[in-house]
Amino acid sequence: MTDPRVTLAGVEFAGPAFTASGCAAAGKELAGFFDLTEIGGVVTKSIMMRPRSGRPTPRMVETPSGMLNSIGLQGPGIESFLANDLPWLAERGVAAVVSIAGETVEEYAQLARILRNEPDVKAIEVNISCPNVESRGQVFACDVMSASSVIHQVRRNTSSTVPIFAKLSPDVTSIAEIALSCHNAGADGFSMINTTLGMAIDTDTLRPILGGVTGGLSGPAIRPIAVRNVWQVHHVLPDVPILGMGGIATGEDALQFIAAGATAVSVGTMTFHDPSAPLRVQQELLGLLDERGFASVSEAVGVAHRGGLV
Amino acid sequence: MIQADAEILSVRRDGAYYHMSFAAPGIADGFRPGHFVAIAVDDAHILRRAFSIRSASTKAGGALQIIVSPKGPGTQWLVRRRAGDIINVIAPLGQPFRLPTEPVPCVLVGGGYGVAPLFELANQLRARGCGVEIIVGAGDAARLHGVVEARRVSDAVHVTTDDGSAGEQGRVTDPLRRILAEGRHPAVYACGPMAMLQAVSEVSAEFGAVAQCAVEESMACGVGVCMTCVLPVIGDDGVTRMVRSCTEGPVFFGDRVRWSDVGTVPADTLGSPEARDD
Repeated sequence: MTDPRVTLAGVEFAGPAFTASGCAAAGKELAGFFDLTEIGGVVTKSIMMRPRSGRPTPRMVETPSGMLNSIGLQGPGIESFLANDLPWLAERGVAAVVSIAGETVEEYAQLARILRNEPDVKAIEVNISCPNVESRGQVFACDVMSASSVIHQVRRNTSSTVPIFAKLSPDVTSIAEIALSCHNAGADGFSMINTTLGMAIDTDTLRPILGGVTGGLSGPAIRPIAVRNVWQVHHVLPDVPILGMGGIATGEDALQFIAAGATAVSVGTMTFHDPSAPLRVQQELLGLLDERGFASVSEAVGVAHRGGLV
Repeated sequence: MIQADAEILSVRRDGAYYHMSFAAPGIADGFRPGHFVAIAVDDAHILRRAFSIRSASTKAGGALQIIVSPKGPGTQWLVRRRAGDIINVIAPLGQPFRLPTEPVPCVLVGGGYGVAPLFELANQLRARGCGVEIIVGAGDAARLHGVVEARRVSDAVHVTTDDGSAGEQGRVTDPLRRILAEGRHPAVYACGPMAMLQAVSEVSAEFGAVAQCAVEESMACGVGVCMTCVLPVIGDDGVTRMVRSCTEGPVFFGDRVRWSDVGTVPADTLGSPEARDD
């Protein structure tokens, strides 16, 4: 049987499948559906310094094989997260990958400084690519300079034993260029992809449906885009771990990401369809790797770049 | 809360709606009126559809009944299922109606298929010695649901339609106002469209009755992880928060929901853009 354990930037996780930020809250709600300690870990909803109400409703539109959302980073703020959510995960032995988001470079640095004192943080995902923040100019992930300055600040304020993963947006001209600059700024790995910006219009009112006007498209509709992005980043940085995501619904989907260069995967939007999906996808993936003769997940990482199965 | 593959027992057309019954092993026992079920539909539509549970029977392993209004592609797919087909369900979900501790007279108000959770609620209220009057309303006669069933489970039924095609012409708040004016009904239960729930809450407050309202907000997951089904609700501490109708609701006290602000983030909401600019 394929060894389920994976190592991401020096940190070992129990399995190759994770939840995805924004699709699992802080884990608690999914605990009734499967054992959270069996998967790689819970990637939390992005945490900010202060409580945040998010955007007005409607926040969601179903689209062909996917959905648009404009949640707007609703959350309780880091103080409440550390008082309630992180201890809940830690007490149950669930690996916590904490996603952070900020409106300024300094907010990211502040969040990193606060998390530095938290031994239960296994890794940090830096959400530099959420397209939902109110100020349209602040999508850090779409600009080489702002992306790398956020990563630089988070890296220098984080313990060297805690890896930081830059969450990349597909809404850029060259994902490889952004990845290279984030890596130079200190990113230990990448989480990719975030949603891609979309929009839907109500044909009765002829107005945008979402309260936030535009929203992030996710689900199986974006899977080929995600696989392509993972492929391109692994091509230029083959030794940098990637947590791959974008419409993963089955083990076969996950295997595409592994073969394209992801070391592990996150199951996001499909958790809304099936709250047990992260564990199911992991089991299916491990079964497929076993059938193909891989003793570990890492043996299969990027295999599509090396001529596939020989 | 259980996630299970459930066998459909029957799908039956009833006016503008469909009655659906499916086997739900282990789920029926935990059901309280106000709970809902989230059902996965066809592969092309990845989000679950949420339905108020109309009734649950614990015989033969347990079964749940729902009312479906086939107004979109997911619900249209659902009503085309046949007995023996399998659907994936998660239930019971949400916070149910709270029952009074004393045997007091209650008024139940249902708009359209929103009347679905009220029959079993009426049964449970009457089992506690509560008097039950039910108001059933809809736009027109075709969209009225459950008038006969309502008569079976209550002491009195009042029917209203907007166009007068059945019952009294007018809104559910017309009979509600008359009943509450008698001054002996401290509790009102309602389920239906947002505008109706707002009106019911306002009339209840006017007469000093406590209204509990089951809201219908669009949901992606139904289990508390997606944050799409939020509405502004005032907490015990007096602070307004954007609250999930799937986990904290769907039943809310009518005087806690900021009905006029649904679809917005009021400026004094915790963490609103305005509050963050302070």
